[in-house]
Amino acid sequence: MNTHAAPLFVVSKGCFAYRAVNVLQDINLHLTPGQFYGLIGPNGSGKSTLLDLLTATRSLQSGQILFQERPLDGFTKKELAVRIALVPQQFAMGFDFTVADLVLMGRYPHIPRFSNPTVRDLDLVEEAMAVMQIQSLRHRLISDLSGGEKQRVVVARALAQDTEVLVLDEATANLDIHHTIEIMHVIRKLVRDQGRTVIAAIHDLNLAAAFCDQVIVLKEGRIFNTGPVAEVLTSQLIAEVFQVEAEVQAATTSLPQRIHYTLS
Amino acid sequence: MSPKSSLILLALSLFLVAAIILATGMGFLAIAPLEVIQVLWAKARGVGLTADLNPTFPFVIMEVRLPRILAAAIVGGGLAVAGAVFQAILLNPLADPYTLGVSSGAAFGASLALVLGILGITVPIFVSVPLFAFLGAMATLGAVFALAAPDGRLSSNTLILSGVIVAAILSAGIGFIKYLADEQVGVIIFWLMGSLVGKTWHDVALTASFVFPGLLVMLYFARDLNIMSLGGRTADTLGVDSRRVKKILLLCASLITAICVSISGIIGFVGLIVPHLLRMVLGPDNRLLIPACFFGGAILLLTADTITRAWLPTELPIGVLTSLIGGPFFCYIFRKKQLGQRV
Repeated sequence: MNTHAAPLFVVSKGCFAYRAVNVLQDINLHLTPGQFYGLIGPNGSGKSTLLDLLTATRSLQSGQILFQERPLDGFTKKELAVRIALVPQQFAMGFDFTVADLVLMGRYPHIPRFSNPTVRDLDLVEEAMAVMQIQSLRHRLISDLSGGEKQRVVVARALAQDTEVLVLDEATANLDIHHTIEIMHVIRKLVRDQGRTVIAAIHDLNLAAAFCDQVIVLKEGRIFNTGPVAEVLTSQLIAEVFQVEAEVQAATTSLPQRIHYTLS
Repeated sequence: MSPKSSLILLALSLFLVAAIILATGMGFLAIAPLEVIQVLWAKARGVGLTADLNPTFPFVIMEVRLPRILAAAIVGGGLAVAGAVFQAILLNPLADPYTLGVSSGAAFGASLALVLGILGITVPIFVSVPLFAFLGAMATLGAVFALAAPDGRLSSNTLILSGVIVAAILSAGIGFIKYLADEQVGVIIFWLMGSLVGKTWHDVALTASFVFPGLLVMLYFARDLNIMSLGGRTADTLGVDSRRVKKILLLCASLITAICVSISGIIGFVGLIVPHLLRMVLGPDNRLLIPACFFGGAILLLTADTITRAWLPTELPIGVLTSLIGGPFFCYIFRKKQLGQRV
């Protein structure tokens, strides 16, 4: 990890309220490029809202977010769209585009409004579909796909967007374990081989422990703790944040850090 | 644009031109398509006619039929593109140009203009009705936007609900005006059913001056509309300011609807069926769908208007005809969809 690299995101004293209810308070974060960040916390702790703030789909009420050392709200939507991609959890599509059309939409921020996609655009679409193993679905309509297939299409769309930052909001929550692990491997590889940054809200603590470099723990709209997985994900933290008794087994050379819940 | 899309649009535009020429020849005085072209060509070059043509043809074509036919085509095209945009923005394939209550606003305005006479205020009806209808439609849109404004994302539920509320109030208002109008209620009812009788070049120019610029704005944002079907949150991270695009396009589509309604009265189903049907055939890409809807709507309303003008023994209000054909047709599509076939 290169700690001297310029920070990617710096959030200082961030506060956000929705309809007079404080959702996030006093958020201070320092995220560096080339890391896989896991964002964990109970339901309603403000994970999605924090991701919305980082993708600039919502704005802070007070405080500041710097992205690549510039105020985030100084970027245009177009500028951000070629730098940050989002994989949402909920996916509903108003109209029936084909799989290939939808993945190509990830290239739109790179293609001028009235131009046709270039060879490079189409190559990136093919590559993204290959990585997600959805090439055979290319002519299928979105509404004909299973939940897991849809989610892989959405991830492929974000990969085709070819951004340095990828934000995942419970991107694998609806997938079976096989596809979950596959997607996490692909994303892990993007971080390791290409130095991209991933910020992923994850419910499954074992998944976060296995794939993330760093975790950010949210509780009731505040940052409870941040740091490397092994240091932060302790049984004491899990008890305090999730009110669940758990035993944490340290990582070995062959197995990742594991959390065993005491089901009582 | 792909070659396939260009070809489809070219074919549709040629079809529309052919329909206009054929329709111009139809009516009490039948004129052959070739003679229509001869007259139009002579007019376009500003030269006199060749001697073998009936000298009344130019008057019939230029002053009587063509304005009405072009008005029908532009109104039909305008309603269809407005419908396509409303459906795309509200993410609802059953939305139409009247979903946000624009038609009720226009109807209220027109009814008000028609009863002004009863209250002792005299304004020529051919000025006051379109003007009041337009103002009514715009005021309705303003009210709907004001009601929906607290919702930061302008979600489709909020917009539709606001439209329904405002339309319900206006319907009550129209009912009250009809009650006031007493014996003159027939005039209001006839206007509400829609008609293109007696449209002039002035009407054509007025409609065109709203529909065509509006169409250009819609085409400019067509790709953004595609992205917005992924939902506001995703659209925002793909570089589309979805809230702004929504506002601009809703305004555009409503302006087009307002001008169409104020010229022709309320013509149902064109704005619902044309985009719905074309989406089934051409797919949901708005870059192709929106221009295709213009041609499709123009051809449909022109055909319907020609049927009532030239074929039926008595002229039926066009709005009644489109709804009579459109309603059952829509039931058919709906039924097919219910049975699980792809629509």
